[in-house]
Amino acid sequence: MTDSPRLTRHRDGPAAWMMVAPALFITLVFALYPVLDSLWVSLHHIFIGLPMLGRSFIGLDNYLALLRDPAAHQALFVTLAFVVLSTLLELACGLVIALVIHEHFRGRGLVRAAILIPWAIPTVVASQLWRYIFNDQYGFANLLLFGDRITEYVPWLAYPTVTFGIIVLADVWKTSSFAALLILAGLQVIPDDLYDAAKVDGANLWQRFRHITLPLLKPAMLLALLFRTMDAFRVFDLVFVMTQGGPGDATQVLQFYGYQTLFTEGRLGYGSAVSVAVFLMILSLSLVYLRAIGSSLLERGRT
Amino acid sequence: MNRRFLLALGILTTVGLSLLPFLWFLLTSFKSQAEIEATPPTWWPSGSLGFYRSALFDHRLFDYVGNSIVVAGSTTVLALLIAIPAAYALARLAIPGKQGILAVLLCVSMFPQMAIAGPVWRLLDAIGGLNHRWGLVLPYVALTLPLAIWILASFFKELPPELEDAARVDGCGPWTTLLRITLPLAAPGIFTAAILVLIYAWNEFFFALLILTQPEQQTLPVGIALFQGEFTMPWGELAAASVVATLPLILVVLLCQRWIVSGLSAGAVKG
Repeated sequence: MTDSPRLTRHRDGPAAWMMVAPALFITLVFALYPVLDSLWVSLHHIFIGLPMLGRSFIGLDNYLALLRDPAAHQALFVTLAFVVLSTLLELACGLVIALVIHEHFRGRGLVRAAILIPWAIPTVVASQLWRYIFNDQYGFANLLLFGDRITEYVPWLAYPTVTFGIIVLADVWKTSSFAALLILAGLQVIPDDLYDAAKVDGANLWQRFRHITLPLLKPAMLLALLFRTMDAFRVFDLVFVMTQGGPGDATQVLQFYGYQTLFTEGRLGYGSAVSVAVFLMILSLSLVYLRAIGSSLLERGRT
Repeated sequence: MNRRFLLALGILTTVGLSLLPFLWFLLTSFKSQAEIEATPPTWWPSGSLGFYRSALFDHRLFDYVGNSIVVAGSTTVLALLIAIPAAYALARLAIPGKQGILAVLLCVSMFPQMAIAGPVWRLLDAIGGLNHRWGLVLPYVALTLPLAIWILASFFKELPPELEDAARVDGCGPWTTLLRITLPLAAPGIFTAAILVLIYAWNEFFFALLILTQPEQQTLPVGIALFQGEFTMPWGELAAASVVATLPLILVVLLCQRWIVSGLSAGAVKG
């Protein structure tokens, strides 16, 4: 982020601030203030629609309750399982897609566009789509697997583990191409002469991939991991549309649990504690990632 | 042969897996109710447009599309009007604490919606924005600003500074320089940011669900999420509505693939 030698611009001050001010203002009002407000509310005992109960300050009680709440533990467990499984699969699929669309071939633009389509589809549409594909009577999955042997048709979304797997599958289908774009950017900065030199030395395709591509892709992969983890933590649409947390609590993720406590049950204080907890987890995770990739990002910024 | 075979296999699998699931919805939308309910369901539709008709007229699809166009369109215009000068100042002008501002923006883009949903709801309640489309536009602008500013700033930084410097020497202020010199040069970057903001605002579900609760105000994602029949799930109408919600995005991706690829990867990696 070095500035090239520039003209001195002391008189820019007011104009520069005027340019940034609207963006800062709206970010402050609609993003930063709400987080602080959530934090403040989470220290209170408040119910929506029951103003006569008042709002009493109870310190960290909501958080202590959260630590003892079995439903929250289940939601945390489901969320973590979802984050780990979906991000790892998305990185793997993203790597394959990136390797494919990095090659030069006729119609590459069209192929890239085709691969981007799941990413552009509204998540809500993708959720309904996968729900329909795994429908017990009209589903494409059953049709594909069993054809007209309708007695063998499986009610996929009735089994907890299968349903969890389908949510992961839908997320991987939808967002692998996003991971692919980030990895593609990493592929594009690997110089060709490295491959040429390796070829001269007699390295085959696999050896070149293993010893040149993979190690040099590490920063891009980490960045994709960072973005995908953040997003997987925030999963909501998929669960809302496909399963409402069920069957049982197999797909009850933290964001959906928070949404229910806040907006369905109106437990404002407790629900805020859930959302602040999610926020803190994402924040600390991103700090860990940023420490891991921060240096390499800065390196690249300087060139 | 080895490499070419692998490549062909890779292209076929990735393209096939990307497109096939949605094609099933596309086929469904042209079926008749009998073709959907047949067991096993038929593969190929007879080409009926009945589901489009009933989605449009019996399921408020007109309202949803109209609301989505208004909300996504206003969000895109407003977000760019605010993001462009901010990104220019952060990329080119002397602002103390510039790195801090960029870091805060990056943090904001990582917020879980849940963490801000309650307070945003109460804020909009206080200023009368609940159940108004403008009330949805405000948080959308706030949530898309970080992405737009990061992409635009990394784009502005790559423009050669000489032209701007020349304009400055000739006595142009920052605003004039931005409008006359930088904006025309940066058109592709602005286009990229616009596409990404538009796709976000067109697809967003969580805030749309909370802020617009009347059926006639809802946007396409909420309409599609809450799609209900009286007794059975109207899969045909749902498929038709989904195609209508998705087609504009498929067109955008087909036409603008180049900018999306460069925008997302450059914005993310070069930062």
